Amino acid sequence: MIVVKSPNPPTKKGRVSRRGFIRGVGIGSTALGVGALEKTALAEPVAIPKTMGPEAVPVTLKINGQPVNVTVEPRVTLLDAMRNQIGLTGAKRVCDRGTCGACTVIIDGKVNYSCTILTIDAQGRDIQTIEGLAPAGKLHPVSAAFVSQDGQQCGYCTPGFVMAAKGFLDHNPNPTYEQVQHGLGGNLCRCGTYVGVRKAVLEAAKEMKGARHA
Amino acid sequence: MPDYSWPPMNDRRVIGKRISRLDGGAKASGRAKYASDFYRKDLLFGMLLTSPHAHAKVVSINLDDAKRLKGVTAVRAIAAPGDEIQWEGAEIAAVAATSEEIARDAIRKIKVEYQILPHLVKEEDLSKAGPRAKAAGEQVTGDPDKAFQDADAVTVEGFYAIPVLTHCCLESHGNVVEWKQDGLNLWPSTQNVSGIGGDLATSLKYPAGKIKVEMDHIGGGFGSKFAADRWGVETAYLSQMSGGRPVKLMLERRDELMIAGNRPSAFAKIKVAAKKDGTITAWQSESWATGGIGGGGSPPLPYVFTEIPNKRMSHSAVATNTGGVRAWRAPNHPQASYLTCSALEDLAAELKMDPVDLFLKNLEVTARADTYRAQLAKASELIEWKKNWHPRGQGDAGPVKRGLGLAIHTWGGGGHTSQCRTVINPDGSVQVEIGSQDVGSGTRTVITQVAAETLGLPMGAVQLKIGNNSLPPSGPSGGSTTVGGVSSSTRKSSVNALNKLLETVAAVMGVQPEQLKAIDGRIQMKDNPAKSMTWQAACAKLGTNKISEMGANDQRKPEGLNSSGVGGIQMADVSVDSETGIVKMNRFVAVQDIGLVVNPKLADSQVHGAVIMGICGALMEERVMDEYTGRMLNPDMEFYKLAGIGDIGEIISHLDITPEHDKRGVVGLGEPPAIGVVAAIANAVANAIGVRVSHVPLTPMRVLAALEGRNA
Repeated sequence: MIVVKSPNPPTKKGRVSRRGFIRGVGIGSTALGVGALEKTALAEPVAIPKTMGPEAVPVTLKINGQPVNVTVEPRVTLLDAMRNQIGLTGAKRVCDRGTCGACTVIIDGKVNYSCTILTIDAQGRDIQTIEGLAPAGKLHPVSAAFVSQDGQQCGYCTPGFVMAAKGFLDHNPNPTYEQVQHGLGGNLCRCGTYVGVRKAVLEAAKEMKGARHA
Repeated sequence: MPDYSWPPMNDRRVIGKRISRLDGGAKASGRAKYASDFYRKDLLFGMLLTSPHAHAKVVSINLDDAKRLKGVTAVRAIAAPGDEIQWEGAEIAAVAATSEEIARDAIRKIKVEYQILPHLVKEEDLSKAGPRAKAAGEQVTGDPDKAFQDADAVTVEGFYAIPVLTHCCLESHGNVVEWKQDGLNLWPSTQNVSGIGGDLATSLKYPAGKIKVEMDHIGGGFGSKFAADRWGVETAYLSQMSGGRPVKLMLERRDELMIAGNRPSAFAKIKVAAKKDGTITAWQSESWATGGIGGGGSPPLPYVFTEIPNKRMSHSAVATNTGGVRAWRAPNHPQASYLTCSALEDLAAELKMDPVDLFLKNLEVTARADTYRAQLAKASELIEWKKNWHPRGQGDAGPVKRGLGLAIHTWGGGGHTSQCRTVINPDGSVQVEIGSQDVGSGTRTVITQVAAETLGLPMGAVQLKIGNNSLPPSGPSGGSTTVGGVSSSTRKSSVNALNKLLETVAAVMGVQPEQLKAIDGRIQMKDNPAKSMTWQAACAKLGTNKISEMGANDQRKPEGLNSSGVGGIQMADVSVDSETGIVKMNRFVAVQDIGLVVNPKLADSQVHGAVIMGICGALMEERVMDEYTGRMLNPDMEFYKLAGIGDIGEIISHLDITPEHDKRGVVGLGEPPAIGVVAAIANAVANAIGVRVSHVPLTPMRVLAALEGRNA
């Protein structure tokens, strides 16, 4: 049984209306959703889009608790804005089509593929990236478990996996082995690190008990 | 001559230990930087225009509209009018712009006219290949015709097919280049840090010594990232045309799957004959393959069982209008293992013999019978073969059928040519410098372990520098030769540096250097541990002179530190739903000998990764070409399918860590365990459902078709 908290209500402060379309597509294609994420997404009414662009527009994002100002064309995904303009390169661009999970971030407490979200749609939302998991020099317990269980090789899928695991454990603090296999099914690795990843998620679950991390 | 030999197994403090990878924290926290992560305010974005046609002549290219776009800093034609394009995805033009979006717009504004030519993109039906198929000469040993005609011989014939796969590196191919007045900086995604600068220099006709290469991390290569590549050269020109600003050009995913490397296919009609006791008497194979316009080389057939007395082999290379082949984790071996082991499993079924017994019966025609015999026993034990195996098709009565299959493989390994420098400073700090790269196999960790072991220091006391072409050159990471090369050169440079330190300390202590050793952070008398000094105190005796010593591994003269030649046995346990055709992995056992294991934790990860890559190839991975348009139908990660975390079952890695194997020195591991996986799974499926599925990957459609007797 998977329990998901209600998402934070969308703020009205954003300059641009959120586009239900791309968000719906993005979340719907996330295998990680395990049904629960789709429910909340589909329950929200689709806002009427306001015409934007095509020129760049100023946008304020909330990333890892900090306001970030960026000027982007409306077509720019959150992933590209983070990587190309903000300098947050932990999330990787691999498939760029909502398949592989290498760009995973947590938005309003839920796991999302940042390649399927437009930057303008991410306004007013609480975005957490791998960079915000732990202060410099420290490792979040999920990251630490990926190291100790060797759930990584080239490491290119790893930040996405760590964020997906973090989001999964936030909602499933005591997962079974089978739940881990299902819950992390939205991320792909080419080196073949899944054996270590499975162990890492279970180890992280154990480590995080009693000491919940933000 | 200093003694470089590895310390005895029981004396090792760091080598052989399950140490976590040193760059694990950086990777798992998103702090590790890859070429694709390069970020600087003045960075420009490069992009390629590639051919939409598989075979065409370029009539004209018009760059004018692209050049006029605001934010575009450079536009270059790569192809010229009259050029013949031989595959979809071939590079036509390149642009650089201040943003990726503008670069993409500029690409769309380039106008190219093509004259479309007839193409061939599918090679399965050899009769359609016409002059595109080039037959190599027939190889004959003994008298195969006579052997096949023997009245007592049991003969089987089969057709087996394994498609082209693409490397699909998660970090696509590409680089950042900054071509300034006084030199060129290259930040590549490469398996060849020491060599890629020279490759780019040759293409640019620019002095290699003025090219600086730097790479901390690489997001996958698997044999496809050795060269500077066409796009590397173009990136350099784009930078030069943009006033020397850095340009980042990483391939788009579709181009990554089409032009950045693939593994050749292999198709074969195979006939095998044996005596009733299972002794193989004859082999005949007619094989063909493509690796692009250059055709495709022959897999080594028959694989492992090379000394079958009577053989006839012929092979045709089919030139297709598809992207070119590149080395792919044990080139040609997975195909050879699949073709050979499938035919032998079919032979065993015909003989009503357990295939393990068939393999055992014929080990004398392999190069390492004793190793395989022991490995067959070990793998059988781990997968409980005797308990779980049943004759082909005689398992479960219900719709879900369980089956077991096996495969055999061999690989070289050895150590590539490598140089290393070990520096010991008067303050006790140590630097190890080597122009190698860590492709995710754990090279950083392994080098550091060897240095720490040699110097008697903890891992944290060794500062390692890799990933830069100003460091002592080390070979490219290919052929499973990195760990052998870097461990040997590091061992030698560290022994040499330590010996210098011992000379200084011995003079102070009034003893001979040979009487001293480094252990647990101290320099002490070998026969009197009480007489010692700390590492720090010893280094302080150097005064103001640091020690800097080199060590080199020569690929041809490993001097006992590394060696080549391994064997492995793999076994798969699968369940096949005969109503849906879905194959589920239950368990996979990989038994591998790899000589001296520097880090069993990382070695296990290599085996797991190799097996998972093989599971992808056995069950889902395949390049799909469209016969009519000549285009690749699945150049994306939605339909070019890779296994997910729930698709792999249990994987059991057994490393043959024994004194007998250890004394062979270090042997590479990246490739061998990736070889037999497809074969073992295909055999397990045949065992489960009672019929051979002629083509891998074993998709539900193919499994159902085979069950209905519609084998292609």
